[in-house]
Amino acid sequence: MNGRFGRFGGRYAPETLMGPLMELEAAWRRLKDEPAFAAELAALLKDFVGRPTALTPAVRLGGELGLTLFLKREDLAHTGAHKINNTVGQVLLAKRMGKTRVIAETGAGQHGVATATAAARLGLSCVVYMGSVDMERQALNVYRMRLLGAEVRAVESGSKTLKDAVNEAMRDWAASVKDTHYVLGSALGPHPFPAMVRGFHEVIGTEARAQVLAAAGRLPDLAVACVGGGSNAIGLFSGFLADASVALVGVEAGGTGFGPGEHAARFAPGEGGGRPGILHGSFTVLLQDGHGQVRDTHSVSAGLDYPAVGPEHAALAESGRARYESVTDAEALAAFDRLARTEGILPALESSHAVAWLCREAKAWKGKLVVLNLSGRGDKDVESVRKARGDG
Amino acid sequence: MGKERIVAAFTKAAAEGRAAFIPYLTAGDPTLEWTGRHLDALARAGADVVELGIPFSDPVADGPVNQRAAERGLASGTTLSGVLELLAAERAAGLTLPAVLFTYANPVAALGWEGFAKRAAASGADGVLVVDLPVEEADEHRAACAAAGLATVFLAAPTTDDARLAAAARASSGFLYYVSRLGVTGASASLAAGAAEELARVKRAAGTLPVAYGFGVSDPEQAAAAAKLADGVVVGSALVRLLEGPDPAEGARRLAEAAAALSAAMRR
Repeated sequence: MNGRFGRFGGRYAPETLMGPLMELEAAWRRLKDEPAFAAELAALLKDFVGRPTALTPAVRLGGELGLTLFLKREDLAHTGAHKINNTVGQVLLAKRMGKTRVIAETGAGQHGVATATAAARLGLSCVVYMGSVDMERQALNVYRMRLLGAEVRAVESGSKTLKDAVNEAMRDWAASVKDTHYVLGSALGPHPFPAMVRGFHEVIGTEARAQVLAAAGRLPDLAVACVGGGSNAIGLFSGFLADASVALVGVEAGGTGFGPGEHAARFAPGEGGGRPGILHGSFTVLLQDGHGQVRDTHSVSAGLDYPAVGPEHAALAESGRARYESVTDAEALAAFDRLARTEGILPALESSHAVAWLCREAKAWKGKLVVLNLSGRGDKDVESVRKARGDG
Repeated sequence: MGKERIVAAFTKAAAEGRAAFIPYLTAGDPTLEWTGRHLDALARAGADVVELGIPFSDPVADGPVNQRAAERGLASGTTLSGVLELLAAERAAGLTLPAVLFTYANPVAALGWEGFAKRAAASGADGVLVVDLPVEEADEHRAACAAAGLATVFLAAPTTDDARLAAAARASSGFLYYVSRLGVTGASASLAAGAAEELARVKRAAGTLPVAYGFGVSDPEQAAAAAKLADGVVVGSALVRLLEGPDPAEGARRLAEAAAALSAAMRR
């Protein structure tokens, strides 16, 4: 593997990080198929994370939409989102590499919490970088990370959100590589991160495929997930990529409009959308201006508020195997309410984007079988939702 | 012109018994007009080569001082195209100081590797260093620069193993840039421990290619120590931070003064 997905991906990293990235790739290749490592990871996923997560028939919402809907319940994983699959994998890998410290970036806080959790469980120290804007809108997760023994460092540069937290984590890693592993939180960044993070999330798709076959007796017509960096989506998609009959749809953050800075819809058509470019170690689809400067983004959901997408998604879009669409902040908020009231589940605002897209496009999928990845739970978003609804 | 102008600068410095002095500045800090004056001042102060940084929105290899400079550069509306126009104007006005563009990959990719190399060469740039473009990803860039007569400068770090060091040396022209310590750009209190041994390793790999030492050189004393070990010494953040004050004229005065002192420290 050369770290490429079609023409996307690669390893565009400052020289100081190249050696460590190669060391990481070698360790990951060596360990991922090693029986003792695989067994330890499987035990953690089962006994600590609580896998397999349920595949829940969403009968009431499915009935309203006129289709058969199953929710892959990553919100039921320990710490409340799929992120933990990747962090237990990477922190276990870091420990086996002899690292004593892990660092992470976080947007919504879910990856930070999941990294702090895995670090506590496995006995490594943990520092999490988080944009100060995100710290404000996800204050509860900041406190959770601190309760788990992690140090949360506020990032005040740039737009003070997820991309700036990635910048700062990369700077830390460049200076600390000897004892530190950088637990990148999505299927992006320089090789081997996109492939490795996808690998740790393949469990989502593997489980979902077996579960839907058991429950419905056939493959779904559609698998849908929200896409920020794209780790939950690539985890789900990985279970169905080889099944040409299964349509794959990724849902991006359409924010408040398609003007610059109003959204994070990298695949949006026209001027407002992204173009191929290089950010954070990867050649991928990127929101940028005509001079190659990265654009600011907006989403009501901190976890989708990022200007680049994982390179495998860029390749899947280009090949046409998956398609990518977006919903607005308002549509996502409405879907949050709707799932809560019809199914008794508060979805994360990230996951609400996938729900919103399905609600909007349901007519086209009438009578079809759909698996939707509910990547996280919405407890962390209750305060944001309350503010957005003006419920004081 | 181009690569040859850089080679000549190192040759001249060596013949005069000193290391080449290579100041770094972020273009457009605080404005491109001031950058033009700074370039003239650096040339008068004895700089042998200048590294001209292209401000980028996400400078992951830079420490706080250069990050702030990039923010000031972007705030003044600086673009890669604008920097090339400035350089062309400076060349037309007689500036002969060899110039290496120090940039992140995306602004270059946005122009297109080949189109960028042609324009950069036509504007009077002599070399290019793309800080997040390792040798493995640089085929298109190298071919475009070679065709345009531009030097390609690559980095080596303490974490660069011997095989990659050899590859970086082969891919570099003009000089090889040794990043003296782990971490990002920025001044530090002392030269990195083990710098002499590391530089010996890098110089062996580089053969006849000059090696410049940078990241963390903060004052004339450190610069003098580095000048004894390397063919060239890069000083960035320690100069850039002189431009942080509210008065650009005062910043320019302090820059010229510091550059003269650093230049004098190059003598072995």
